[in-house]
Amino acid sequence: MKLLGILIGCAVAAGAASNNTVLIRGADVYPVTSEPVKAASILVLDGKIAEIGLKVVAPKGVRVVDGKGLRVYPGMIDSGTSLGLSEIEAIRETVDTGELGEFMPQLCALASVNPDSEHFAVVRIAGITSVITIPAGSPGGGGGRGAARQYVSGQAALIHTFGRTWEDMVVSGPAAMYVQFPTLGAIGGRGGPVPENIAELAGETGARTLTEMLRTYQQEVTKLSDFFEEARRYQKAKAANLPGFVRDLKYEAMLPVLDGKLPVAIAAATPRLIHDAIQFAEKQNVRIVIMQPRELGSAAAELKAKNIPVILGRVLALPRGQDDPYDQAFTLPAEVYKAGIKFAFGTFENQFVRNLPYQAATAAAFGLPQDEALKAITINPAQIWGAGDQLGSLEKDKSADLMVTTGDPLEIQTQVKHVFIRGQEIELSSRQTRLYDKYLNRQ
Amino acid sequence: MRKLRIVALAALAPLYAQNIVIQNATIMTVTKGTLEGSVAIKDGKIAEVGEKVMMPQNSTIIDAGGQYVIPGIIDCHSHIAVDGSVNEGSVSVSSMVNIKDVINPEDIAIYRALAGGVTTANILHGSANPIGGQTIVLKMRWGQDAQGMIFEGALPGIKFALGENPKRPGNPPGGRGATQTVPARYPATRMGVEDTIREALNQAKAYKAEWDDYAAKVARGEHPLPPRKDLKLEPLKEVLEGKRYVHAHCYREDEILMLLRVADDYGFKIRTLQHVLEGYKVAQEIAASGAGASTFSDWWAYKVEAYDAIPYNAALMQKKGIVVSLNSDDEELMRHLNTEAAKAMKYGGLSEIDALAMVTINPAKQLGIDGRVGSIEAGKDADLVIYDKYPLSDYAKVQKVLIDGRVYFDRDNDVNGRAAKALEKQKLLDKEKQSQPKPAGGRGPVQ
Repeated sequence: MKLLGILIGCAVAAGAASNNTVLIRGADVYPVTSEPVKAASILVLDGKIAEIGLKVVAPKGVRVVDGKGLRVYPGMIDSGTSLGLSEIEAIRETVDTGELGEFMPQLCALASVNPDSEHFAVVRIAGITSVITIPAGSPGGGGGRGAARQYVSGQAALIHTFGRTWEDMVVSGPAAMYVQFPTLGAIGGRGGPVPENIAELAGETGARTLTEMLRTYQQEVTKLSDFFEEARRYQKAKAANLPGFVRDLKYEAMLPVLDGKLPVAIAAATPRLIHDAIQFAEKQNVRIVIMQPRELGSAAAELKAKNIPVILGRVLALPRGQDDPYDQAFTLPAEVYKAGIKFAFGTFENQFVRNLPYQAATAAAFGLPQDEALKAITINPAQIWGAGDQLGSLEKDKSADLMVTTGDPLEIQTQVKHVFIRGQEIELSSRQTRLYDKYLNRQ
Repeated sequence: MRKLRIVALAALAPLYAQNIVIQNATIMTVTKGTLEGSVAIKDGKIAEVGEKVMMPQNSTIIDAGGQYVIPGIIDCHSHIAVDGSVNEGSVSVSSMVNIKDVINPEDIAIYRALAGGVTTANILHGSANPIGGQTIVLKMRWGQDAQGMIFEGALPGIKFALGENPKRPGNPPGGRGATQTVPARYPATRMGVEDTIREALNQAKAYKAEWDDYAAKVARGEHPLPPRKDLKLEPLKEVLEGKRYVHAHCYREDEILMLLRVADDYGFKIRTLQHVLEGYKVAQEIAASGAGASTFSDWWAYKVEAYDAIPYNAALMQKKGIVVSLNSDDEELMRHLNTEAAKAMKYGGLSEIDALAMVTINPAKQLGIDGRVGSIEAGKDADLVIYDKYPLSDYAKVQKVLIDGRVYFDRDNDVNGRAAKALEKQKLLDKEKQSQPKPAGGRGPVQ
């Protein structure tokens, strides 16, 4: 039965807790959810935080890490990656995101995660201890091969960045159902949808009129709704145990979504799309997280009113339009914060995952309070992805995912001195550090 | 004619070359230390740098209290301000095409680069061909025409490209079999890339010999017929004569060495190796050749030849004696090269000045313009960036950017002007809407 669960629903329990025990002594501790404590100690027992305080009595024989002059933070969490699923972007054989098919809720990112991907070593030594890994193809793209639009891409997973198998790495198997909301305009265009006021003007001289684009868009929204409604009928049929009921893997995978247990991570970039995605969620009675908005506008109030969290994409991004402010993407996080919306950051490209804290810092330079920038890569994502009781802050009984640094982790020059994942100290080496050592000493 | 142009330029200069003193700043000169003080600007040039400076006549004062001034950032690898595609991919040697002919001074990327502190950029073709087109150095003089953007007197270059990208046209989608729709274009392998470059240089050498022979005859008082001018070979002849720089796109150590040896064989120097992500593996050889290296801070894994890329590349190459710059190759990354430099401090432990040099004086050296730009020194062009905070931090924001002593970017003006611009845009949209013919009869929106 358990095996069936794994195969069908990605529903696996977290891997066995490690037996790791350590005392970090005399460091400045930044729990994120409470005020920093200077020159404190953290005791980690069996992979969990047991105690934080000025005077911590360590069990006999416990390994001690001298934290003098260093700081301790919770490990960082990236809410938008395809880590473990994509190794070398240009080589299709190394890429397992972007499956074919329009409605693919049964696909599990988790079971295709390669624990030995070099990307994990690169990011965990930078202090990133957990990530959301997403089954969808490249941002905005249908299937990563110029395929038809994909609506439901499958189940994203929340994983640790260290472990021997994907079962070792998992925090929560399915963390969200990933849905690509229809867009107005070209499918998967890198520039994103055409601004409506421009499309309106383009009229018949443009490639497609606004009316045509809207019609296609509405059809696609209906198609997405239809799928959810079919799943709802399946749910009822299953509950009624009607004669002739046949198990269907797609609809089966939708059940946790319909039950409100699994949120829908829904990619929507513009105010109209966000508004429509919210309407969709209301109608289908599902929980949603908005992924990679580029502009909030009037949707900000709605997101706040309905308490819908947001995952912001790359802060270091170009403005949407030619005449948009140069710092549009830099100031969006501050705007989201001021609107009172809960948010976290994602990098949405594997090679930039290690730069997650620098994206947060840029947001801080452009108006986001610094402590909020830190929360958006620690406690906020933990809470948004349903792991607020396990990850994201330094608190008793939480998983001992932490980094010991020389200073503010959002500053580029800060060095990460130790990383612990579930209490286990990570060797600070990657293929990249090994190549460096090898060639620095080349005669 | 030439003289006339210079006179005309001189007459234009006072129109925008204001005298300015930037006061109370932390000035990171890059070449002459860091000090608290002022920079005096006169006629577009840096007149004086010091704790106290003489105020040039009619100076405007910029109070930069608590702020930082660095030299204008120089991006040694960019594709902005190019009208249309950057690749002439139909031939494997496209040395006859020139970026100079397709400068688009209205590309918004110029303004955005400026807002990120970039004052000068090396504009190159793409990497579809083993020998690409002719490159040009531009100043980000937003608002000026194409001619006004060109960095006067900077030696032009030519793009070479090795590895996966120039191989691509030789390996069209669907393979080389009968079903292909696009014919394969030589070369398809790294071997072929080397051969393509050697064949072209071989032709250029013969071509140069013809012209040398012609010049010798003329010098002897003879009256020979001149050889036929070849627009493809002309820039390659200039390479052989040291009159044009080679900026070579490369990744893997084998192809890097290959190109250095080819250059040796033909008696010229590679000016810069671009990308050069495995440069750290052959740093001694690169240093010995005298080539500069212009690389990314931390990009990797986007293709196979970028899989051995390490963020320590820049620092390691620097430690082995190579002049290293950090470039963007991307209109977004171009906007924060200051923090790309900071990564060379994190990865490899460079000093702040060595790191900052990688986006200022080092690229200036690589482009042969270090006599004019790249550091804050008296006599140099007043190309300066003012940051609100320590510029090697990702908390820093560009406040003002000066080129030739003129303020081309001012964050306060940008932010304060937005409401008016939005209003203007709305007016234009409304006007456009009104001027559109009303749908009538069979015309109009599809229902």
